[in-house]
Amino acid sequence: MDFEEVLLEVRHLHKDYGNGPVLEDVSFQVHKGEVIVIIGPSGCGKSTLLRCINGLEEIVSGGIWLDGEAVGKDKAKWREVRQKVGMVFQNYDLFPHMTVIDNILLGPVKVQKREKKKAEEEAEKLLERVGLLDKKKAYPRQLSGGQKQRVAIVQALIMKPELMLFDEVTAALDPEMVREVLDVMLELAKGGSTMLIVTHEMQFARAVADRIIFLDEGRIAETGLPEAFFDQPKTERACRFLDTFLF
Amino acid sequence: MQDLGIRVLFMGNNFLRLLLGLWITIKISLAAAGLSLVFGTFLGMVMTLENSVVRAVSRVYLEFIRIMPQLVLLFLVYFGLTKAFGVNLSGQASAVLVFTLWGTAEMGDLVRGALVSIPRHQYETGTALGLGPLQIYWYVIIPQAVQRLLPLAINLTTRMIKTTSLVVLIGVVEVMKAAQQIIEANRYTVPDAALWIYGAIFFLYFFVCWPISLLAARLERAQ
Ligand SMILES: Nc1ncnc2c1ncn2[C@@H]1O[C@H](COP(=O)(O)OP(=O)(O)OP(=O)(O)O)[C@@H](O)[C@H]1O
Ligand SMILES: [Mg+2]
Repeated sequence: MDFEEVLLEVRHLHKDYGNGPVLEDVSFQVHKGEVIVIIGPSGCGKSTLLRCINGLEEIVSGGIWLDGEAVGKDKAKWREVRQKVGMVFQNYDLFPHMTVIDNILLGPVKVQKREKKKAEEEAEKLLERVGLLDKKKAYPRQLSGGQKQRVAIVQALIMKPELMLFDEVTAALDPEMVREVLDVMLELAKGGSTMLIVTHEMQFARAVADRIIFLDEGRIAETGLPEAFFDQPKTERACRFLDTFLF
Repeated sequence: MQDLGIRVLFMGNNFLRLLLGLWITIKISLAAAGLSLVFGTFLGMVMTLENSVVRAVSRVYLEFIRIMPQLVLLFLVYFGLTKAFGVNLSGQASAVLVFTLWGTAEMGDLVRGALVSIPRHQYETGTALGLGPLQIYWYVIIPQAVQRLLPLAINLTTRMIKTTSLVVLIGVVEVMKAAQQIIEANRYTVPDAALWIYGAIFFLYFFVCWPISLLAARLERAQ
């Protein structure tokens, strides 16, 4: 597949929390329609990288460009960026005091000031797509973990983001619920969404990715096409990391 | 005649006087509770700030008010203010002031607790959706904090209503004062008046506070 247009560019990104570097000189590009899977050992900085990309963490140096525009320290700018970048976290973070539909509508109605009626129709379509239309009026506590994650995905999708970030969205789920969430993400990938996915599901990574980025101790140690990366990893670190998934 | 002690309740307008006293008690408590709610909410929000000076000051205030018996505070304000500054507050005003000082401290601590109990990722999800800080407070944090806070605030109000009985000691004519007057007046005719009057007060307080407690318990269970 050929990707032409660069959607996101990260250049020489450095980040620390005050006790040693967490990300060092991270540079990569994401093209429109591309699905990139970031893998790496625990603590290597995957979550931090995603959080930097939508401004939940301040970066130390380097730069982030979205649609060719640099996003820096300007708070108002970040709010704009966040509407173009949807994020789903590991721990299903719905708002517990709101029904599913209210959770989903908060962004489009309060942030994007879209008409509630239209947004609701769209929300229903999206809920239908993830098989949860009947849970529209339910509260998060009445949903399973997998259902919550699917709602969280809809909550991000309805903002019509240009880029979706997924941070180990299945890591906290019971095994039998992992599939339903991954299926939704596969659907999105097929539909041409641009996605940056952090996951420990190697089979899924291989199936969904256009490109793999292997992060190790805050640096990009290796990047490549999924087949090449999984079958013939070039670096020793990657070999060892992949070995931990074999029995 | 002994078994007719209960008649003291219905002699003249005795019962009415007790009710009137109760009404003053409730008025003082409600005024103080309302003010405490407003100031306490503000104090609680301030207490969640990262600023260490603000934190230290509010902490000292909270501890001071808690350690001090309310009775002492009441005397300090009612007699002390007059002595020290020549400010003359009425008994009721002093009572409202003292209970507001106390309620604000307690309420502030409750609000602070409710606010910090909202997990950090709730702020983050809101931020990631593009909500601004005020929107996050308004749509995400406050509704959840209020849910947790409501039963606690109601319990605090019942505690206030009960504690207001102390104001008798600075001469505010509320239910306890009315009781003493009635008992005094009937010392010889109805020797066991005290029993009946205080018994009546027991039930009066009970019927005021009980529904409020029930409400608080129900709200607590509803969560
Ligand atoms: N808020 C924080 N304050 C201080 N250090 C942090 C903070 N968040 C993360 N770190 C540290 O930064 C490093 C990278 O953390 P990060 O969460 O990005 O790793 P990760 O690759 O997502 O790991 P995992 O696979 O376990 O989720 C870790 O060493 C972690 O301890
Ligand atoms: Mg992580």
